[in-house]
Amino acid sequence: MTTSQDLLGSFNEAEWTESAGEEVVRLPTESLREFAEVAREAGFELLSDVTAVDWLDREPRFDVVVNLVSLQHRLRLRIIVGAGGEEPSVPSLVPVWPGANYAEREVFDMFGITFADHPDLTRILMPDDWEGFPLRRDFATGSVPVQFKGSHKVS
Amino acid sequence: MTDQKSRQEIDLWISGTEEPDTAATDEGAQEMRQEESGFRLAEQVGAVVSDDYVFDDEFSDDERMIVNMGPQHPSTHGVLRLQIELEGEIIRRTKPVIGYLHTGMEKTAEALTFMQGPTNVTRMDYLASFHNELAFSLATERLLGIEVPPRADAIRVLMTELNRISSHLVAMATNGMDIGALSIMTYGFREREQVLAFFEKVTGLRMNHNYIRPGGVAADLPPGWRADVKAIAENMRARIGDYDDMLKENPIWTGRTRGIGVITAEECLAYSVTGPTLRSTGIDWDLRKVFPYSGIDQYEFDVPVGEQGDVYDRYRVRIEEILQSARIVEQVAEAMPKGDYRSDDRKVTPPPRARIDESMEALIHHFKIFTEGFRVPPGETYAAVEGPRGELGCYIVSNGEGIPYRVHVRAPSFYNLQALPIMMADSLVADTIATIASLDPVMGDVDR
Repeated sequence: MTTSQDLLGSFNEAEWTESAGEEVVRLPTESLREFAEVAREAGFELLSDVTAVDWLDREPRFDVVVNLVSLQHRLRLRIIVGAGGEEPSVPSLVPVWPGANYAEREVFDMFGITFADHPDLTRILMPDDWEGFPLRRDFATGSVPVQFKGSHKVS
Repeated sequence: MTDQKSRQEIDLWISGTEEPDTAATDEGAQEMRQEESGFRLAEQVGAVVSDDYVFDDEFSDDERMIVNMGPQHPSTHGVLRLQIELEGEIIRRTKPVIGYLHTGMEKTAEALTFMQGPTNVTRMDYLASFHNELAFSLATERLLGIEVPPRADAIRVLMTELNRISSHLVAMATNGMDIGALSIMTYGFREREQVLAFFEKVTGLRMNHNYIRPGGVAADLPPGWRADVKAIAENMRARIGDYDDMLKENPIWTGRTRGIGVITAEECLAYSVTGPTLRSTGIDWDLRKVFPYSGIDQYEFDVPVGEQGDVYDRYRVRIEEILQSARIVEQVAEAMPKGDYRSDDRKVTPPPRARIDESMEALIHHFKIFTEGFRVPPGETYAAVEGPRGELGCYIVSNGEGIPYRVHVRAPSFYNLQALPIMMADSLVADTIATIASLDPVMGDVDR
């Protein structure tokens, strides 16, 4: 059975690992776009998902996680790239898979990671004037003060 | 603007009234023309989504109108808002605006244990609760490295396929209602009620069941379940056939659905569209066949596909899928394995009730599982199931504690919504509703 590494193993700078039986490739942030183009040529037609993980104390702070599907080879592949610094940024995948549009907007909305070359990087789920990025680990869930009015005092 | 101008110049040259273009030699064009620039080509193949719209000169601004549909519109299936740019009766541009139902469920998931996780994810796609729970449980089990017993797998297949039936019935019903076929709406919801009654019998709840959990399912099937399942399957086969006969050659129905909201297979793949929408374009991509889960590959079923990728084909694919799911649940009812309904891994499964009375350790163990939860080894995984709307995946990152470090749900409706502007481009306003209904978005799934 072909694996993703057979198809894409010739790509330099890629670090192939495995997680719970799934193929994972770790890339330097700047080569994400180039790798995506190679992967698309190699038969990964469908971008299944883009998301991110906030590791808070680590540098680079964020992992951007891209899940790909190949219909012709019946394969799944996960790409992980780091994003760190004051203004975390990764190359956008919209020019390769237009379906990355909403997902990258969601990652921007939730984590504040920008995607270079994204056509319309605006908030998608939160209100436009929202401050902060909710899924960052240092964003507190907060609480809503509740006052129980009108109840009888016992004493 | 510039495009418009250059096109006029070229037209003039072709007509022969201007001097010929000397830049072109007989070796073929050496340079790209202005309208063939790299950006323009990228735009045409859909690789670049340009949001700056250039108005045509022939239409003045007051002939174009931007209309807001929603978020409070009865036919948008929740709080979907569409900004539609109209030119008379024709839709030129659509922009879905979402987030009205966003409640931060992925953030909530970072505060719940793995055992509590299904309670949360089941509320995301509320029409396909079991699929959400299953994706979450599969991901957790993969990280734990445990197998569930065959009976648990069979129960999971049974419940998810019944859930597919109930979800597709809602899709059929609302699709009918939106187009004006009100009887289909009442029929669809009536048949769904039978499935929901069975869910209530098994799980105690009609929706948001929290039944499929890491390690198995919450409880065994109740007495008499086999007869219920067979009754559902038989009923579906008889009734769905009737409804399909009622609609498939109905001139009003076909007139409102054939050739409406067309999308091609290439566009589906480019925009990450999966599920019945992708299959309606002729691609037989079904995760139950290609990446089987919970032993679903041991049952016989077909993957129905369409041809045109229009509203009618999506309706037909769903109808056929109901019948195929009925086939699966009958096979499950026949071949339900005996045995335990949850894993015997004591790390995940609480001790049986009888042991708690006689053993202090069992009591402590039971207490700890339900307060702290069980610890999951560090790692990350992505598990996907074929939900009624497409690939429903769950990405879980664990750092070795009892609470997941990160939970992300790949919501099929969220990605499918990206296809809406393509389906609706240059169509009539009246077809908007049919197109949205055929995509069957669940806003709980979109916004999470």
